[in-house]
Amino acid sequence: MSSCSGGCAKTGCAKTGCANTGVDRRGLLRTAGAFAATLLAPGVTLYAFGARDAQARPAGEPASANVRWGMLIDLNKCKPGCNACVTACNEENGLKSSGRPEIDAQWIRKVTLRNAATGVIQEAPVMCQHCENPPCVDVCPTGASFKRADGIVLVDKHICIGCRYCMMACPFKARSFVHEEHDDQKVNAPRGKGTVEGCTLCVDRIDAGRKPACVEACAREGGAMIFGDLNDPESEISKKLRQLPTTKLRADLAVAPAVTYANL
Amino acid sequence: MRALRNIFAATLFLVGAAVLSLASAARAEDGAGRTPAPHPPRAQGEHCVADTAFMRRNHMLMMFDHRKEAVHQGVRTPQFSLAGCVSCHAVKGEDGKPVSFASEKHFCRSCHSYAAVQIDCFECHASRPEAPKQAVDAGGADIDKLAAYLRETKQ
Amino acid sequence: MAQQKYRRLTSHTPLFWLLIALHVIAIAAGVAAALYMETHGHGVTGMSNQIVWGAPHVFAVFLIVSASGALNVASVSSVFNRLNYKPFARLSGILAIALLVGGLMVLVLDLGRPERVFVAMTTYNFRSIFAWNIYLYSGFVAIVAFYLFAMMDRRASRNQLFGKIMGSTAFVWRLLLTMGTGSIFGFLIARDAYYGAIMAPLFIASSLVYGLAFTVLVLVTMSHETSNQLMPEEMVGKFRGLLSLFILATLFLTLISHLTKIYAAPFRGVEAFLLHDGGVYPLAFWLGQILIGSLAPLALLALADNGPTGRKMLALASLLLLLGGLAQFYVIIIGGQAYPLNIFPGYVASSSFFDGAINAYTPSAPEILLGISGVSIAMLIAALGCRLLPFLPEAPAKSEGARP
Repeated sequence: MSSCSGGCAKTGCAKTGCANTGVDRRGLLRTAGAFAATLLAPGVTLYAFGARDAQARPAGEPASANVRWGMLIDLNKCKPGCNACVTACNEENGLKSSGRPEIDAQWIRKVTLRNAATGVIQEAPVMCQHCENPPCVDVCPTGASFKRADGIVLVDKHICIGCRYCMMACPFKARSFVHEEHDDQKVNAPRGKGTVEGCTLCVDRIDAGRKPACVEACAREGGAMIFGDLNDPESEISKKLRQLPTTKLRADLAVAPAVTYANL
Repeated sequence: MRALRNIFAATLFLVGAAVLSLASAARAEDGAGRTPAPHPPRAQGEHCVADTAFMRRNHMLMMFDHRKEAVHQGVRTPQFSLAGCVSCHAVKGEDGKPVSFASEKHFCRSCHSYAAVQIDCFECHASRPEAPKQAVDAGGADIDKLAAYLRETKQ
Repeated sequence: MAQQKYRRLTSHTPLFWLLIALHVIAIAAGVAAALYMETHGHGVTGMSNQIVWGAPHVFAVFLIVSASGALNVASVSSVFNRLNYKPFARLSGILAIALLVGGLMVLVLDLGRPERVFVAMTTYNFRSIFAWNIYLYSGFVAIVAFYLFAMMDRRASRNQLFGKIMGSTAFVWRLLLTMGTGSIFGFLIARDAYYGAIMAPLFIASSLVYGLAFTVLVLVTMSHETSNQLMPEEMVGKFRGLLSLFILATLFLTLISHLTKIYAAPFRGVEAFLLHDGGVYPLAFWLGQILIGSLAPLALLALADNGPTGRKMLALASLLLLLGGLAQFYVIIIGGQAYPLNIFPGYVASSSFFDGAINAYTPSAPEILLGISGVSIAMLIAALGCRLLPFLPEAPAKSEGARP
């Protein structure tokens, strides 16, 4: 157990303490600006440009239940053989192959589908569906698997004990277990041996007002993926959802995924 | 067993701390030098997010509290960001690149090895800053925008 | 009725020391295996992102389920007032605790972050059946310990009511515990092989079988050890009857659970896989669970008499039952995961992440060693308990008495 996890439940104490030390944050931030721009926050830098679909929250404000992030994947636009979303995800989150596919993490994957009756073949990217009623959250003994106010389903790796019950419970095979030690993690995507992980919808990007990496990559390849706020009737995703014939995976389970497939 | 090891390390630490405090009380007159003290390398910025004494005592609490906010609520206050600590306190190795936690020169290790307090932050978190790729793309003008944003979020 | 006397283990035969040595070696190997798995990550095991629970879980679930069943004898004596069972109640209690601890140790050492077991004990998500089970398990140990105290303490045991209350509490609790363990699987909506309320009663019935089989085997070993026949003829007969009844109940529930799924078209795929096409899983089911683990013991129990030969046959039947139990949980836990998730009904799916594929699993040596060490931990705790406290009954004078 890490020694630093042993202590303070007094959320206030550290912060008031800091404020009382009289550090001038304005001055600090001015001087820190340059290095921060280079090192601290690539996401924050892009924040400054703003984004069209993902309105960034001001820092310090928690994720809000007024927003429900979701994704629409139009399989008619998803090119056979195209792996752009998968590559982008692996690059963004530092997922590398160990050479043993059965233990490799895959946060998003392309699934080839052959209609059993007609033989028609389609391809579909599958990732964490960020369910409204996520079974992985229900079963997690410690609460490490949780749903954020804005609907993003995440693993708090600080309290994940690696029991893998969420992987048993997930209907979409969306979670992976880290089977080996890593020391080359990306700053934005902490992941370590012995804990469970899965698509975070690039939560750090979303918090900075950007789109998930897969969506960004897909936009360059035909734009099958649309990302946005399902609660906003004027968002691009909400408009598209009203126009296209859509399906949710395992709709029979009533877990209400935030990811919707069109033309499946 | 990691737990056993930690308990052992914690016990060692407590015993060590007791011995040290006794020793330092006894030799208060002698001055420094007898006991090896850690020399954490200097950071790159001018100030830390709080003064040194406060940070020494409370950095773990700041991170412990912030991790809940950051992970569960998406509150990513730069002041409490572990990535911020790691980039400002990066120590360059022989090859001129920042060293990872595997190196004894790593900022966090310089004290934690000394105090025999094991941390598992870097089982998951990156222990060195990433090469500043995006920032180069962003260009100089955007640093002003960033600074403006940071000032704004300060209020 | 004469006052029943109890005894500790005092002197040991070479065979006993040999058993102890084997258990100690098995535990050392298990701990080494756990360390190895923790240092290198689960990549060194046969488990993967497809088969997320492997051999350790088979052993752990088997031991936890057996633990609640080991309390059978005690429950029968104090809840159902069968005095013949009373002399074995103490042993049944300590065995229940020992088996549970063995199972939990395996479960905890297989965690990805076993050192965070403290997190599991301090941070709860009460929607999780797994979290309830943490309470059910620790509560079980506490309640059975109190129950043992009620039976064994000189003053407490004078109070019949206290013993009765503790016995009944333990009885209800063990039913809840096995229900909870079964529901770990029964509550999983995503997996065709698991989802269903039948898992809870199925696990309860199985627990009765394996717990009693463990009790019988420990009694046989201890009889040898004390040069005392602890199981009088009368009890051989009763154990034969009880075991047969429990086996039939388990078979019945197994039949119902498969029939229910075969009847529903969406589940025919997984049923065909588990019972016919799945290679090792149908083999483990038909040969392991049904033939070796149920029919053969039933035949042995039916053919046995209550004399010395019958006693040996009872012991053999118990051994077969335990093997069958491992086969049963292998089919349930691993077979259930080997069959792919049906994410796209009506489509044939394939991907680099093994969608739509039958998942391969070969248990690795560390996993098996860890699993076996759980059994050994349980046996060692039981032996140590018998050495330290008077859990064993003195042979009743009226039956055949001491044997060489």
